[in-house]
Amino acid sequence: MNNTSSFSPNSPFMYGLAAAVILFVFAQSFFFLIRAVRRAHAVGMDISIVRKTIGSTALFTLAPAFSIMLGVITLAKFLGLPLPWIRLSVIGAITYELPAATSTANALGISLSETVTDPSVFSAIAWVMTLGIIPSIVLPPLLIKKIQKGIVQIKTKDEKWGDIFMTSLFMGMISAFSGMVFSRVREGLPGLLPVAVLAVSALAMCICGLLVKKAHVKWLENYAMPFSMIAGMVFASCASSAFGL
Amino acid sequence: MEKNMNYSEYQEVTHRCGQLWIWSAVCIVLFVPVAVCLKYGAWPQFTSVLKGLLGVAPIYWTVGFIEVVTFTPMLGTAGTYLSFVTGNVSALKVPAALNAMESAGVKPATEEGEIVSTIAIATASIVTTIIIALGVLLFAQLTPVINSPALKPAFDNILPALFGGLGVVYISRNWKISIVPMVFMIVLFILVPSLGRSVGILVPAGIILALGASRIMYKKGWL
Repeated sequence: MNNTSSFSPNSPFMYGLAAAVILFVFAQSFFFLIRAVRRAHAVGMDISIVRKTIGSTALFTLAPAFSIMLGVITLAKFLGLPLPWIRLSVIGAITYELPAATSTANALGISLSETVTDPSVFSAIAWVMTLGIIPSIVLPPLLIKKIQKGIVQIKTKDEKWGDIFMTSLFMGMISAFSGMVFSRVREGLPGLLPVAVLAVSALAMCICGLLVKKAHVKWLENYAMPFSMIAGMVFASCASSAFGL
Repeated sequence: MEKNMNYSEYQEVTHRCGQLWIWSAVCIVLFVPVAVCLKYGAWPQFTSVLKGLLGVAPIYWTVGFIEVVTFTPMLGTAGTYLSFVTGNVSALKVPAALNAMESAGVKPATEEGEIVSTIAIATASIVTTIIIALGVLLFAQLTPVINSPALKPAFDNILPALFGGLGVVYISRNWKISIVPMVFMIVLFILVPSLGRSVGILVPAGIILALGASRIMYKKGWL
């Protein structure tokens, strides 16, 4: 029984599903936020740290959140709004979801140039999107205790090496993502824009650091990251034509 | 009462709550396609799903496993249970946690680090969800603005803008640890530009390299 005639990827039913998923994400986020704030109180942590963490993270998140929203809008062209809204609010990222939708469309021999109106195509895409990312949500509860036990063992054995170990983990990630910025330099001038953006953001962070340390602009300490990020993005927008884009 | 618990008891409760939330999230995530199929009587052919999945699963499942193993120590307990449900782990949740811990002057894998990273990750999840919801509500009005050619380069360069600032903080404080992985990654990406599409796989390579170099320097007393 195929309900093709009544199917719309933007139906109230799909919006209802999306609303339920979003409510779940909100509930989980607020649960852990409130619990962490209560714990901060219980262990006597300075409440100003909590406030500053919330304020600076909220500001820091704005640009990436807009970018994720851009992903929803991109996918909405052929999948309607609710499914991309669900997928990018739970586990997903545009780098996963777009190839998953494209791969399924190719397998079914259809084009993703216009909105999907066949429910079986739509459901096939929804299944591939879901099953494609399922290990990312199933593995953490299975592995987390084992991974943390390993970290505790390293720290207990040699505390200084434990700290260096953790710093090396972060440095490994930062080096991979920073290195990626250089992947287009052989394309000429347009490929140098990401490198210039990286440099401008780094420079803005250095200026913020100097203002905090030398000019004692203490409040800037928590907002240095979002400011340098915005500086990099504004530079990208203003300078793109100079880089031949 | 959680208030009177010591850290390890508190962590145990966090694990129990986290397991409950994350397995509920698994059910909800799987319920979405099931609900679509039931509502519209449109179960897809098994072969269609399999063919679509074959195009993405080998890489996604590998990257998924790598992300869980590499990011879990950085995110903390509650942060892990929350980040892997809300997604965008490497481009948002880990940098948010890292930035918050650095600003607050607390170390990862400590109680203060756990509290600060949880607050940062939860805040990032809430703000992202609100922004996406606003984007959906204001879809017609926002689409031309967000798709405008003037803003495109800014959104295309979010990662360089993010890692420029974050890199400076970390490299300036740990420059000895950063040299080997940074130089290796920059040279590698210049020589093999196509790797830019599979950065997720190179994160563990960067970590192994950083750990190896740090271990040698630590043994030699350089750190």
